[in-house]
Amino acid sequence: MHKKTAFSFPDEVLEHVFSFIQSDKDRNSVSMVCKSWYEIERWCRRKVFVGNCYAVSPRMVIKRFPEIRSIELKGKPHFADFNLVPDGWGGYVFPWIVEMAGAVPWLEEIKLKRMVVTDESLELIAKSFKNFKALVLSSCEGFSTDGLAAIAASCKNLKELDLRDCDVDDLSGHLLSHFPDTYTSLVSLNISCLGSDEVSFSTLERLVCRCTNLRTLRLNRAVPLDKIANILRRAPQLVDFGTGTYAADLRPDSYSDLAGAFSSCKELRSLSGFWDVVPDYLPAIYPVCSKLTSLNLSYATIQSPELIKLVSHCPNLQRLLVLDYIEDSGLEVLASSCKNLQELRVFPSDPFGVEPNVSLTEQGLVAVSSGCPKLQSVLYFCRRMSNEALVTVAKNCPNFTRFRLCIIEPRTADYQTLEPLDVGFGAIVQYCKDLQRLSLSGLLTDRVFEYIGTYAKKLEMLSVAFAGDSDLGLHHVLSGCESLRKLEIRDCPFGDKALLANAAKLETMRSLWMSSCAVSFRACKLLGQKMPRLNVEVIDERGPPDSRPESCPVDKLYIYRTVAGSRFDMPPFVWTMEDDPSLQLS
Amino acid sequence: MANVLGNEHDLNFKETELCLGLPGGVGGGCGGGNEVDSSPKTTGKRGFSETVDLKLNLQAKETGMDLNKNLGNGSKEKPVSAKDPAKPPAKAQVVGWPPVRSYRKNVMASNKSIGEESEKASSAAFVKVSMDGAPYLRKVDLKMYKSYQELSDALAMMFSSFTMGNYGSQGMIDFMNESKLMDLLNSSDYVPSYEDKDGDWMLVGDVPWQMFVDSCKRLRIMKGSEAIGLAPRAMEKCKSRA
Repeated sequence: MHKKTAFSFPDEVLEHVFSFIQSDKDRNSVSMVCKSWYEIERWCRRKVFVGNCYAVSPRMVIKRFPEIRSIELKGKPHFADFNLVPDGWGGYVFPWIVEMAGAVPWLEEIKLKRMVVTDESLELIAKSFKNFKALVLSSCEGFSTDGLAAIAASCKNLKELDLRDCDVDDLSGHLLSHFPDTYTSLVSLNISCLGSDEVSFSTLERLVCRCTNLRTLRLNRAVPLDKIANILRRAPQLVDFGTGTYAADLRPDSYSDLAGAFSSCKELRSLSGFWDVVPDYLPAIYPVCSKLTSLNLSYATIQSPELIKLVSHCPNLQRLLVLDYIEDSGLEVLASSCKNLQELRVFPSDPFGVEPNVSLTEQGLVAVSSGCPKLQSVLYFCRRMSNEALVTVAKNCPNFTRFRLCIIEPRTADYQTLEPLDVGFGAIVQYCKDLQRLSLSGLLTDRVFEYIGTYAKKLEMLSVAFAGDSDLGLHHVLSGCESLRKLEIRDCPFGDKALLANAAKLETMRSLWMSSCAVSFRACKLLGQKMPRLNVEVIDERGPPDSRPESCPVDKLYIYRTVAGSRFDMPPFVWTMEDDPSLQLS
Repeated sequence: MANVLGNEHDLNFKETELCLGLPGGVGGGCGGGNEVDSSPKTTGKRGFSETVDLKLNLQAKETGMDLNKNLGNGSKEKPVSAKDPAKPPAKAQVVGWPPVRSYRKNVMASNKSIGEESEKASSAAFVKVSMDGAPYLRKVDLKMYKSYQELSDALAMMFSSFTMGNYGSQGMIDFMNESKLMDLLNSSDYVPSYEDKDGDWMLVGDVPWQMFVDSCKRLRIMKGSEAIGLAPRAMEKCKSRA
């Protein structure tokens, strides 16, 4: 009896088997079994995810995976969302597009996050990929409606154009009119971030009419409320809809028109938009509320009573984004009405006000944690918190995967005991064993990091601000959090010791960001020197770091693992520490 | 957890014996005490920025014109807290805190339909800044600055070869003095211009600071010679307002 071994199967059979394996992690594991599996796998990998566009070069990716159909790239560090990364830092997609245009002509899908995309890049995409189907740009910038027009005009098979939270130069190019009359394949369109671009309503209506597969349509603020009804009537199959401005003069006929249009949309599960809400028009959506699973009211400046009414109509809600106008009272109603809630995000209506403008406290969070057993993901902005509340929340929700709490005033203590909130966050990491993402705030000592290092074994991403007392805090995290991939820190007294003592850890992570901390230039140089597989970037707009004593702290530090070596597209205020003993500055 | 400095790590800590540079101090306290008296100021600025700015200033002043007299004073600190304990401290805006994304801040700013009239400059005013010849755009939040001088200082930091015009005592370009204006425009210096709410391109400095903040949509730093075309229009608008 002879043994059947892996290589007794013909390649085609293995390839067929591999085609059922979609997750990147599994694909990576498959490729490491043996050389022949590596070869077979690389020829049939169709999707690649690159979490840091500088971790690898486009050429390397394409060389290894020549037959990809989909690529996803992320550029700037997360703190770029809060303007901590100066413009010009990097994250340009153009070099990737150029490589792929030549080598991967059958590319269908490009997904980008926090990257700089130019019109030139968009035009090259439009020209190069004949079967292009999906462009998803999330928090990207650097392009205008001209570039988008090129995509609309050329990509006959385009299914998805999704501009999430992008900063687009609005050149009033009437983007939608660039879709040819023969074009019908649109499935998903998100133009919610476009500014005051004049949308030609007849063009929009005709587009919606002929694209019978349209499932997602998110309009921008410029689309007035009285145009929504016509659009909805032409697309009753919509699953995900984002309104434009939700304000109009009150007229009974336009109200009933709108309500009727909404009720014709039997498949609608997700609503968003709602800029400038006139509360009297809100009940128009009641017909669809019972089936809604996702509701984004984070631009709706309506008060708690209206929010309560709305939320009570949505028993199947799984995801809610809302402003803190909902207040504790509204969250209590949410807790009793929406038992399927999985994700809650509460944004501040007045983030810079010193005094609270609404009655939203830790109580609202406690109520939701108590009433919603499936709650997994929370983003909560508030002005006061207590250890007691956090411990209660932790015990109520052991299934948390994402917990991000932002107490607006830095270093705010427990309002009841005036103690640090170490114990509260400690409870979160202790009870929520599957926690993947955590953001801290409030008054915190090194002790909270000891808890995190001890208990948060599945934690992948940690955000820290204005916390800790010493290097011990950072050391706890780096030495204890086994699954840590991304760590971002600002305004904490962490310096050289913990970083250098845990240098090897940094190669197991995607990236580390530290700004306004106490890491010296000398330590940065040392790290760069000793760790050739890390790029140690010093970002400092004050001028070259070597114009100051070596012991001076750097302003911002971004460290990431890479197989591509130093990058070449750095602006004058970024220096990569060389892995060269003579310590040349780039 | 007493032994922070794990000996099993590749880096022999003794070898690297480093001084912890304290934020705000030039050179740091040595000895490696764990207690770092940090409290980075809420603005995130360093006290020794004064030293640094002098150097930057030298770079920026290649043209030889002493335009930014106040640059060396290092008074870039946004008012952190009033010295007078009787007054509640003015709220200092820390960069990037609270972590609310810019597009959200900008939306909230234009969404004051609730009726709360907030006098505090509680929202942001991000505008793009382009400089002729620079390879990328920058963004600034105009609400972070209190005067043209502060804006000028910040832009000088971002575009180190850029210097702004000479602002008169009221902090505005003296448009009534035509010859001064023409001198400025004829030099090879850069001149900042901005697009206002009406879509017109104006010279920066023609209106009081707050009015500028409210009406500026984007900034463009252009060569003086190119800005000549703006001058007549700017003067017209200025006169029509007077």
